[in-house]
Amino acid sequence: MSQWYMLTLVGQDRPGIVSQLTQVLYEAGCNLGEASMIRLAGNFTTMLMVHSALPQRDLESLLKPLADRLDVRLHVDAIAGSLHDHPASDVRITVYGADRAGIVARVTSALAEAGFNILDLESTVGGNEQSPIYMMYIEGQAAQGLDELRDAVRPLADEDIDITIEAVDIMVG
Amino acid sequence: MPARDILVYPDERLKYESMEVESFDDELQEFIMDLEASRCAGPGAVGIAAPQVGRLQRIVIVDVSAMRKSVPNHGHLVLINPVIAEWEGHEIGREGCLSVPDFTGNVIRAQRIRLQAQDPHGELCEFEMQGFEARAVQHEIDHLDGLLFLDRVVSRRTDIFRRKVYKK
Ligand SMILES: [Zn+2]
Repeated sequence: MSQWYMLTLVGQDRPGIVSQLTQVLYEAGCNLGEASMIRLAGNFTTMLMVHSALPQRDLESLLKPLADRLDVRLHVDAIAGSLHDHPASDVRITVYGADRAGIVARVTSALAEAGFNILDLESTVGGNEQSPIYMMYIEGQAAQGLDELRDAVRPLADEDIDITIEAVDIMVG
Repeated sequence: MPARDILVYPDERLKYESMEVESFDDELQEFIMDLEASRCAGPGAVGIAAPQVGRLQRIVIVDVSAMRKSVPNHGHLVLINPVIAEWEGHEIGREGCLSVPDFTGNVIRAQRIRLQAQDPHGELCEFEMQGFEARAVQHEIDHLDGLLFLDRVVSRRTDIFRRKVYKK
């Protein structure tokens, strides 16, 4: 019986990781689902949905030689879930400020308390070593509405964290 | 007025260019009613184009008057042979499509347009449109030219911090 796995890969970035990984999976009869792949600092990171008839152990042994050859860490988990199940975000939030300890926790705690559910978060550090700038882009659903969210993050403005909260209006046609 | 089945990608008819409407007869009026029923049968669609139900003619319906948050609009519009005569500005917005289920993406569209079209009886009309309504019209006219919003999606990453740039 086929089932979905979440494959996690982390390792020093080099050309060809994605092509070699997906080729091995293709040859083993796996189907791929949703994926998030990005270079974080010097590391290439992958979260990849893999649909396969192989038991978890067989999938792991199939991938082991590849992981060794590419010198990456690779992990497989059986997951519940399926495709065609995208909840639509109704809010986008951008955050930036001087990078310092706790900025992510402060912002996300305030949002969570106001009923916000994160569906997508991307963040990076720009600027330079003397003056790093933390930037974050979040999308999700606001169960209690935008006003609640804006009230919740207002105190953070006093700490020079710049937060913009906007509705995402989806035009369907 | 029965709702017709919506074609979904990769149905190749979505990639064809539609023909001008030349006869504004009873059959056209009936089709427009079917097209409207098809739009309303879909989940929250503010627009629909004839090729989405398999009729390759330049007919679209747009109605953004019932949005949760009200936006400038001209009410319920049936646009025959629509042509965008002028474009101005641009902005990013999120779009979805009845013909592309379970996917939304960011698309750059003109912020303001001047639109020329015919009404269901062939009378010429002209509209100045902006924002959400202009976006809907551009999305639907793309359907008439065999284009899907998938052809225009830009990365979500390019969205970051655009507000400060465009804030009036
Ligand atoms: Zn569409």
